[in-house]
Amino acid sequence: MFITKWLAAFGRYLQLMGRVLSIPERWRMFFRQYIREMGSLGVDSIGIVLLISFFIGAVICIQIKLNIQSPWMPTFTTGYTTREIMLLEFSSSIMCLILAGKVGSNIASEIGTMRVTQQIDALEIMGVNSASFLILPKVIGMMTMIPFLVVFSIVAGFVGAYATAIAGIITPDDLTIGLLHSFNQWYVWTSIIKSIFFAFIISSVASYHGYFVEGGSFDVGKASTNAVVSSSMLILFSDIFLTHLLA
Amino acid sequence: MIEVQHLYKRFDDRDILMDINMTFRDGQTNLIIGQSGSGKTVLMKNIVGLFTPTKGKILYDGRDFVKMDKRERVMMRREMGMIFQSAALFDSMTVLENVMFPLDMFSDMNQADRVKRARFCLERVNLKGAEDKMPGEISGGMQKRVAIARAIALNPKYLFCDEPNSGLDPKTSLVIDDLISSITHEYGMTTIINTHDMNSVLGIGESILFICDGHKEWEGSKDQIMASTNEKLNSFIFASDLLRKVKEEQTLSNSPLKGEN
Repeated sequence: MFITKWLAAFGRYLQLMGRVLSIPERWRMFFRQYIREMGSLGVDSIGIVLLISFFIGAVICIQIKLNIQSPWMPTFTTGYTTREIMLLEFSSSIMCLILAGKVGSNIASEIGTMRVTQQIDALEIMGVNSASFLILPKVIGMMTMIPFLVVFSIVAGFVGAYATAIAGIITPDDLTIGLLHSFNQWYVWTSIIKSIFFAFIISSVASYHGYFVEGGSFDVGKASTNAVVSSSMLILFSDIFLTHLLA
Repeated sequence: MIEVQHLYKRFDDRDILMDINMTFRDGQTNLIIGQSGSGKTVLMKNIVGLFTPTKGKILYDGRDFVKMDKRERVMMRREMGMIFQSAALFDSMTVLENVMFPLDMFSDMNQADRVKRARFCLERVNLKGAEDKMPGEISGGMQKRVAIARAIALNPKYLFCDEPNSGLDPKTSLVIDDLISSITHEYGMTTIINTHDMNSVLGIGESILFICDGHKEWEGSKDQIMASTNEKLNSFIFASDLLRKVKEEQTLSNSPLKGEN
């Protein structure tokens, strides 16, 4: 029963994506929407990304220094570990989980409300491919903005770590040596590649939940919750495969 | 002209529409009336293509909409305008942007001409000055008028109105009815209005289709409806005391007994 339901939902998702990934009817309108979505999904998320990343960077640095660092370990361990955690997991996977909550619920509720207030029907009646018109700019906009958010997150995390140095928890020199120790540029690319996949998951899954809402405001709320839960789960599962694939 | 021929619609094991036949003529207001749950919204959704009929034909000036492929349907839909029960304005756009939307999507006009056309449509529905307002900032009646302006922006051949007076006060309802009626006559459109507002029925019902339990029960005009002897129609139309009294007075005034007295 569960598998049948899941397969039916997956089939419906693929059908929707088939409609979404079509050439826009009017490039002028597509670019207008695309710019708008980059603003609302990407630029509007910069604040929360910077804030969370700054504090997490600081906290990781403190935790490593207090709980892991010991006299027989090199002094750069704290900086090195902070960098690896920020680069490899936090700024891509964990940050995308946070964005699944913020952006995913936003997308699902926006499209869901458009469905229940017949705005999507109005688009269909006009002969507009509503799926492509509404969802494609969100997906492409999110995938465009996510690399910038990842880079901002990494930088904010490092700034947070340096803030602990100001507080005297670690010396700035030890932290700098740690952050630069055995630096592998590929890790930054791994983080960006992973986040682009996650951005697709967040925007498309949330759009799917919003697009097929039936009922009223209660159902829009439910769709919004389902969007966050299912996109978070998919991010976690795909993180395993992507980490293994890109290692 | 829109012809509906032997139309059936079934959901799972429930028949919603059964053998509906009707011709909706151009240049006049065609009303579909019936109780809630009678199938009138399903009929309209079949006509505009939001549902696919189980059986039957829907002919737009002889072109069978049911048999059209996806591309033909999209082209066909550009000849349609629709006013939804909730107005269905895009709430992220201003009033002007809402009216410009179909022009932006489908016309080859330049920006200045599109703005000019949108402003003309807004003036036509007496909404000059509301261009920069957001849908949430205007009243329900104004939202309906914006929806009408948006629906006529591309000069459609067919206009569909799903309960356009829903949620409006009687005076605003009359304004909306008059507007739809005058636009229909002015542009010679085929207009189909889905309603259970008796003021609309008696005011602008040039052609009326009464649906009851998924069947076509009665067909006629606003002049014929008062004299109808169809029991189901009468129980629907004259459900209110006020209209029942009007009917009784009219019956008495037409009675031969009165002349004898």
